Amino acid sequence: MKLGALVLGLFLLLGTGGAALAVQPDEVLKDPAMEARARTLGRDLRCMVCQNQSIDDSDADLARDLRVLLRQRLVAGDTDEQAKQYLVDRYGDYVLLKPPFKTTTLVLWLGPGCLLLCGIWAAVMFYRRRSASGGPEGGQPLSEAERLRLKRLLSNDREG
Amino acid sequence: MMRRWPTFLPIGVFAVLVCFFAWRLVLITRGDAPNLIPSVMIDKPAPAFDLPPLVLDRPGATGAALTGKVTLINFFSSWCIPCRAEHPLLIDLMNRSEIKGRLVLMGIDYKDKPEDGRGWLNRLSNPYEVIGMDRDGRVGIDFGVYGVPESYLIDRQGRIRYKQVGPFTPEDIQGKLLPLLAELSK
Repeated sequence: MKLGALVLGLFLLLGTGGAALAVQPDEVLKDPAMEARARTLGRDLRCMVCQNQSIDDSDADLARDLRVLLRQRLVAGDTDEQAKQYLVDRYGDYVLLKPPFKTTTLVLWLGPGCLLLCGIWAAVMFYRRRSASGGPEGGQPLSEAERLRLKRLLSNDREG
Repeated sequence: MMRRWPTFLPIGVFAVLVCFFAWRLVLITRGDAPNLIPSVMIDKPAPAFDLPPLVLDRPGATGAALTGKVTLINFFSSWCIPCRAEHPLLIDLMNRSEIKGRLVLMGIDYKDKPEDGRGWLNRLSNPYEVIGMDRDGRVGIDFGVYGVPESYLIDRQGRIRYKQVGPFTPEDIQGKLLPLLAELSK
């Protein structure tokens, strides 16, 4: 049990702390505040080549190009929103790791919740039906003869 | 009978999933793979660009050259293996009698050393009428390129009408490019 917890802890640690940044020293901006903005933006921008890494995490050539471009936009005076939009205009919403909430993404955002509600509804219906039918077997109440026989058996048991 | 439905529910869900996966497989065989990211650039004007020529005897690639003619912009590179597979198809395409004079093939040598790009064209021959070099890949980013080869069909008004991600196959040329080209050159 302890070992299990240890292994789990180790995995969690690797999973969270392990994301090594691919940002190279020569890309880093002199202004720390602007660099921090670039890092925050870069975390949420998808590397189009590797597809499940952010541009900050990816070593791909295109990811590097996009990091450099992003920093140039910020230096040129773009707001965070404008710099992000610049890439969305070229690569679409796909470049955002967090998809925006709009009509084309309704299923994506609401689907899991709807499925959960369906599941809860099904579970409620299932248990309600089971309790309405009188127990797990759903049988009928005992007849008078059966009740007498049960009583006899139980009392025999106690005496024996 | 009502009590039976939970038994059949998993089978029903399974059947729905099988249908869904079968449908997706059919779509893939028709060339609609889910890993191809739809371009937001379709039907938008091509971005402005002005790239220096790669070879001496052909002009460089500029956005100004796009209007008035239907143009196929092909992003390629000497280090790109699928580009090599695509190259003979582009030569074939430009040699077709029904294409002659109706399509400009514009090459953009993407993130390549110029001497490598020139050597590649010398060895494999050059089907590009105009050809520019995009050394830092910035024009590529403006087009939304995320790998080579990628091709964009531009209509006479300079709008992007079709994007090919990855190399053209003979089926793509026959089934997608030529019909669209016929429509655009009407």
